[in-house]
Amino acid sequence: MARAIWKGRITFGDVDVPVKLYSAVQSQGVQFRLLDAKRHEPIKQHMVDPESGKVVEYADIRRAVDTGAGELVLVDAEELAELEPAPSREIEVTRFVPHNEISHLWYDRPYFLGPDDSDSGYFALAEALRRKKVDGVARWVMRKKEYAGALRADGEYLVLVTLRHAGEVTPASELTPPGGRDLDRREVEMAKRLVAAMEDELDLAAYKDEYRDRVLELVEAKAAGKVVKFPKAPAKKTEASLADALERSIAAARKRRKSA
Amino acid sequence: MPDADDVVEQPSARPFWSGTITFGLVSVPVNFMAAYRADRVSLRMVSPEGRPLSRRYFTSRDEKPLEWDDIVRGYEIEKDEFVVVEDDELERLAPERTRDIDLRVFVKVDDIDPKFFERAYYLTPAGQSTKAYRLLAKVMEDTGRAGIATFVMRAKEYLVAIIAENGILRAETLRFVDEVRSVEDIGLPDPAKPKAADVKRIERAIDGLTEKALDRRELVDRSAKRLNELVAKKVKAGEDVVEYEPAAEEGDGGGKVLDLIEVLNRSLKGAAAAKHAAKSGKSGGRSASADGEDLGRLSKDELYARAKRLDIPGRSGMSKQELVAAIRRSA
Repeated sequence: MARAIWKGRITFGDVDVPVKLYSAVQSQGVQFRLLDAKRHEPIKQHMVDPESGKVVEYADIRRAVDTGAGELVLVDAEELAELEPAPSREIEVTRFVPHNEISHLWYDRPYFLGPDDSDSGYFALAEALRRKKVDGVARWVMRKKEYAGALRADGEYLVLVTLRHAGEVTPASELTPPGGRDLDRREVEMAKRLVAAMEDELDLAAYKDEYRDRVLELVEAKAAGKVVKFPKAPAKKTEASLADALERSIAAARKRRKSA
Repeated sequence: MPDADDVVEQPSARPFWSGTITFGLVSVPVNFMAAYRADRVSLRMVSPEGRPLSRRYFTSRDEKPLEWDDIVRGYEIEKDEFVVVEDDELERLAPERTRDIDLRVFVKVDDIDPKFFERAYYLTPAGQSTKAYRLLAKVMEDTGRAGIATFVMRAKEYLVAIIAENGILRAETLRFVDEVRSVEDIGLPDPAKPKAADVKRIERAIDGLTEKALDRRELVDRSAKRLNELVAKKVKAGEDVVEYEPAAEEGDGGGKVLDLIEVLNRSLKGAAAAKHAAKSGKSGGRSASADGEDLGRLSKDELYARAKRLDIPGRSGMSKQELVAAIRRSA
């Protein structure tokens, strides 16, 4: 059983559902340490004043905001503490929008929610979201940081995915797509047929981080003093005209499908 | 307190990476452009007098300073026992780094679980013609389909969904399946059948708050706003303001912050127009080599963003030269 990282209450209207938050991601990246090349020992880091070349101890380090105009504005710890949001346990849902209306561009980090104390409100909320086909937009303060997130039904459970802040994201609707001469209708039809021929159910489990596995194999082989084998580069593809390439691709995709 | 890792890259006129999408035998050379921009001010570490500090490395035994060339990368196989891994070894592990993003499967966009989405890049046409780009974007958008592929970018393998919106392609990197926990992994209790009356009551509360779309104002970063206000007040009062000369190495645009929308629109016009504007002199994605790229021309913010993507430790205190050296080592 994973440990909950935070407890809160989902609130809107007369609804108040106590929940526990669990991280839904577990990083699997290969972690390297920086070593002293001579002794192969981990190294230390210090902050250094480039002018004096002296190490500044952590307790003496101050914080400053760069205004971008050749000015630094010093901000002390008390001032930063005053800016912190008031602690709260409330995950306040301010609105609901149609399911999948929030663009993927906004999604940041997912959390599973689990029931806290009684389950009934929790599973009723998930059921209501599913029946209404909506996602909630929520705000909350967790560990002195303010978050916005999407509250979604995930099967019979609830997830909360943090959303990026307003100014961070450039929506596609605000951009101008590339222009050019009208597309050839025949080519559009062929491309549609090609996409249809390559259509499949999404199976994310079919994709593995093979590079990561190879890095770990390399480490193991080196540790065992074995000779390391490196993979060979694949052959290059040939170029073709667009219409020709589409035609041949559709044929190839159909063939693959038949033999599969 | 926001830490240095909260920094999002500043918009850049230069692509983060260039590659080629292939579907069937059709290739679409594309540039990866930042889709996000910094929305908040970053806090820097300074000396008691207000001088910006740099991170430096020392031996743990006798605190002797180390240069980048004195540092190697090690994987801890047992406590305090490391296997040293050289950069060229990591590079040779990814020979298929051919810059091909081979779309083999198309799926319904709405079928992709949002728990898997990691970050987005806008893709802009990098080839001589925008035709194949526009064709792929149109067909995917019209059919509501996304293309799925894996590829290696800068010494890391990515699972990616290529999605089209408003005639524009973007790449959304996805987490691998073993990076996302399931209900069973967490050990959530079995679902209990809710009471119909409870569901009805919640549905009524939902009805009162349902709108057609997301309002971006609900996503405003209030903490950053408060910090910005404090800074503006102090600047006005001339209080705690320290002038400093940004080292010549910092920022090649004279500290000018680019407008991301303008940058993206310029890049979306296609390679010919973008080349003219950015004077990059590079043609298609295939010839734009990451290794031959002139990192020295990037601003410190751009370098920092790359360092972050590459998980380079200690990046927040590095000088521009240190960032360039560290990126070269790990790219």
